[in-house]
Amino acid sequence: MKNRVKRQLAPYLLVLPGGIWLLIFFAVPMITMLSLSLQEGDIVNGYRFTGHWQTYVDALSAYESQIVRSLIYGAIATIILIALAFPVAYWIAFHGGKRKSTYLFLLLLPFFVSFVLRTISWGQILADEGPVISPLRSIGLVGDSFHILGTPFAVIGGLVYNFLPFMVLPIYVALERIDPRVVEAARDLYANPATTFRKVIFPLAVPGVFAGVLMTFVPASSDYVNSAVLGSAGTTMIGQVIQAQYLVNSDYPTASALSFVLMAVLLIGVFLYARMLGTEDVMKVAAR
Amino acid sequence: MTTLLAPSSSAPSSEAPVKPRRRIKGASFMHAYVWVIIAWLVLPIAVMIAFGFNDTPGRYNQSWVGFTFKWYGKLFELSNLTQALINSLVIALVSSLLAGALGTGIGYALGRYRFRGSGSLNLIMFATISSPELIMGASLLTLFASLQIGLGAVTITIAHVMFSISFVATVVRARVMTLDRSVEEAAADLGATPLVTFWKVTFPIILPAVFSGVLLAFALSIDDFIVTNFTAGTTETFPLFIWGATRVGIPPQVNVMGTLIFAVGVLFAVVANIRSRRTPKAD
Repeated sequence: MKNRVKRQLAPYLLVLPGGIWLLIFFAVPMITMLSLSLQEGDIVNGYRFTGHWQTYVDALSAYESQIVRSLIYGAIATIILIALAFPVAYWIAFHGGKRKSTYLFLLLLPFFVSFVLRTISWGQILADEGPVISPLRSIGLVGDSFHILGTPFAVIGGLVYNFLPFMVLPIYVALERIDPRVVEAARDLYANPATTFRKVIFPLAVPGVFAGVLMTFVPASSDYVNSAVLGSAGTTMIGQVIQAQYLVNSDYPTASALSFVLMAVLLIGVFLYARMLGTEDVMKVAAR
Repeated sequence: MTTLLAPSSSAPSSEAPVKPRRRIKGASFMHAYVWVIIAWLVLPIAVMIAFGFNDTPGRYNQSWVGFTFKWYGKLFELSNLTQALINSLVIALVSSLLAGALGTGIGYALGRYRFRGSGSLNLIMFATISSPELIMGASLLTLFASLQIGLGAVTITIAHVMFSISFVATVVRARVMTLDRSVEEAAADLGATPLVTFWKVTFPIILPAVFSGVLLAFALSIDDFIVTNFTAGTTETFPLFIWGATRVGIPPQVNVMGTLIFAVGVLFAVVANIRSRRTPKAD
């Protein structure tokens, strides 16, 4: 009898410390952030809850273009990522042979260098005096007014660079799971390679693509490192605004309101997406 | 580009055995493409490593002057940078061990038991993995600010444990779910109490998963910039130091440290990979 009670309690005791940690430091902060977005005051004199919805109206009208730009940059980067990553994942899954894990390892090499350092390194490569532009200028292929750094190309390129492995891996996992006999069956039934790809391989890879979109679109559209290092005033993303409002201007209500809007847009999207497709694939990929 | 386009232009010339040949050509075309992508991914790392050997006179390390080893000798001359690196290592160590303990508990419970609330636990784990780092960092800042908790190494560690728990739990759960339970039953049949069974049988089996979870947490922590940016106050970690130095110029020591971290990380991964290939043969 006593043992049964113990056994029933066991999972709760195991889950409790970590669960409480997640509750206090993940769930509760979301509430304090929401609450702070509706408060008035300043960092010196403190904040009071006044249910001040006007902050949202002001913040949205002031930074609407940055929010829209972030979502557009994130979406463009995600589409480019699918196009770039799919052939890589496909080749490794079906033609990688014994060296599959070596290729995956090579794709993961950037993760051994700090995200910020990698992005700065790109800034160095793309700079006007860097190894790409200065030779082009000296042979007169491009004029002095030609820049890459500071343009949307550099920012979106940086996002694509930094998140590429997050798109390759889930697609690879999905493709790797395909039973080769299914593909053989398609061939035996006289499907040509294009039809086999279209009717058999691609549909089975779709969960991987969806997981990849989830793992790249959210961090890409809320990123501020790439737009700060590789961009200019014309490419400001909402993450930069939020970072500056919190850490430079200390305008917590505005920053919280913007964060909440961004989170709402992204999380509602994510949860609808996850509802439609299930979270299993994402979790499986995360476990790798 | 021209070499990549060549195979497709020569393809129609040989008509008869078209199917198998085209497949092979398509595959080698894609093989070349994979290497182009890998080269693209490695390029900025190569630049980082190269500029650690640049004989630049001062902090300005943007254009190539000449080859030198001197920055490796002067690695610890910038006390702020050294301190930032030490902070990063200590925070990564403490947070990965804590997240390892807490995450293993969750992962084990989720993999082994069915219990009320496991659904919401899965949901909150999914939320921490898929939430933007910006939001997690910003909301933690509002929590610490409204509780008037000073920011520093402790708040950074708290934050890193928070975002690492779910990753550890996911890794451990995957291992627990594939566990052969007859081994535990055998232990119980031989009179071992549940606790003894856990420590003597179950834990050693899931230990590699726990270890890789902790390594993952360590890697996440040492590289983290965004969440750390919001929870650091005036404390600097290695990525925060780099961020702060972008405007005044990145000292070459940063490249050297980046190179060394890269080398150690790659070495660790290779050794772990070789070991994991050996273990299945052992049992």
